[in-house]
Amino acid sequence: MTDKLQRPGARAVAANGWLASYQWLLLRRIMQAVVLLLFLSGPWFGLWIVKGNLNYSYTLDVLPLTDPFLLLQALLAGKTPERNALIGLAIVVLGYVVVGGRNFCSWVCPVNPVTDLANWLRARLGIRGGAHISRATRYWILAATLVVATATGTIAWEMVNPVSMLHRGLVFGMGFAWAVIVAVFLFDLFVMRHGWCGHFCPVGAFYSLIGRFSLLRIRLPARAACDDCMDCFAVCPEQQVIRPALKGIAGAPPIILDPNCTNCGRCIEVCTKDVFGFGWRTSSTESK
Amino acid sequence: MDNPLKSKGSARRQFLADTARMACGVGLLGLGVGLYARHATALPPAAIRPPGALPETEFSGACIRCGMCVRDCPYDILHLARPEEPMSTGTPYFVARQAPCEMCEDIPCVKACPTGALDHSLTDINKSKMGLAVLVDHETCLNFLGLRCDICYRVCPVIDKAITLDPQTNARTGKHTVFVPVVHSEHCTGCGKCEKACPTEIAAIKVFPLYMAKGALSAHYRLGWVEKEKAGGSLVAPDVEHRYNLPEGMQYEHGKGLSTLPPAETPPGAEPALPKAFQGGKL
Repeated sequence: MTDKLQRPGARAVAANGWLASYQWLLLRRIMQAVVLLLFLSGPWFGLWIVKGNLNYSYTLDVLPLTDPFLLLQALLAGKTPERNALIGLAIVVLGYVVVGGRNFCSWVCPVNPVTDLANWLRARLGIRGGAHISRATRYWILAATLVVATATGTIAWEMVNPVSMLHRGLVFGMGFAWAVIVAVFLFDLFVMRHGWCGHFCPVGAFYSLIGRFSLLRIRLPARAACDDCMDCFAVCPEQQVIRPALKGIAGAPPIILDPNCTNCGRCIEVCTKDVFGFGWRTSSTESK
Repeated sequence: MDNPLKSKGSARRQFLADTARMACGVGLLGLGVGLYARHATALPPAAIRPPGALPETEFSGACIRCGMCVRDCPYDILHLARPEEPMSTGTPYFVARQAPCEMCEDIPCVKACPTGALDHSLTDINKSKMGLAVLVDHETCLNFLGLRCDICYRVCPVIDKAITLDPQTNARTGKHTVFVPVVHSEHCTGCGKCEKACPTEIAAIKVFPLYMAKGALSAHYRLGWVEKEKAGGSLVAPDVEHRYNLPEGMQYEHGKGLSTLPPAETPPGAEPALPKAFQGGKL
């Protein structure tokens, strides 16, 4: 049991082979790298595809993309953005309403590989326990950032936001931002499992609100086949999202509807019973 | 002892305690971040914002730290502030002594800004107010020492308006002229070319953010000579033309000296014209 918890996915590797057991993880890493390279090809090779950073970017001089959380803070600080920022806002919000807000966290955010590494190392080193703080803390922090933006008239969270700090650091020059990222890494490694992304980050919290009614979901078409091996719980960065859908608690449909599911797909590939799969949230199965 | 009422009460107490704990913890965090952000709204003296930047207190609320201005600057002078620098993290600035603003006529940095932190209503770069040049060191400025360095004056993109050379007597030699560079805030854009070009080891002329470089008169101050010109005449007292005590039949003209008075045309004893304020029986 202990061994299984520490090495989740071992059964999947034995049953389906290595590649099939890590396909979504590999895809995510490739996606994260591609996103970063699109931003870096300009400053590194003079090939300008995407300008800016995750806060606001302009692709091939036609496509604006705006971070909705950041723009909301600017609005609360009393500032009216220009047209491109609003177009970018609409595109990003619509996109994440379709694919799921926290897709940002697992497929785009540069902090994800850092905290994933911390979590992997934590399991490898057998580090257990640590602080117990509610996962709802992120919403409190989110509220606090909005209050502070309103009260001070500044986008205060940007002073400390590890997400934009790391991405800006990689694209525009790191400075001491690395220290903040190391702090997040060490916190997740020693103090709290899935600490930053799973409990505190207001960026992720905001994206979860956008993805509240999103269409792309993890579905559990074969949830009856579950043999309680617990591998999906072990790999899931937001464990609380699985149980209602898997166990049908309070008549829950076999779809993960919790907005904090990041659609990372790890549960799909570690399950040897093929319980999980990507699918659309459709009303026909929801009513089941 | 398993009173359901009591357990309900303790559950409520637990809920309230948890909520209070969360609110206090997050409140402290918010307070810290807020204070940190407020502190960072004072721009350090060497950091100059790009053209069109809103006043500092508004800038940190409008700028979303995307770096588009940095990317679209053709001369690559802009940087985004790193976390260890004493200003809002991720906001753009340039250091004049390293690379000044080249004052592009199409102002690409402003056009690139998606939020109006760089004000899009700025269309004439000569009207920008990135900062203000100040001749900070009269002891090392070569022109003050009596040389004709003149470099700041020559490189200024708004030459003869933003910087003029004012001739003054060289008090040390008593017979030479020093040409003092004087900055006129009305025309200076704060581009920083003068600071960049100043040949002394440490620049004698420097560009500072406006809030540091510019003073302001109290609102009730009026400049007599300006008001007089506006009104077309003195407003405060009889503005009588100065008269010299000269021998009878002589006159004195500035620049010409003494001369004999032409025969009188006005009848003797005529009243001098009343000053403007006293005309029209308004007293």
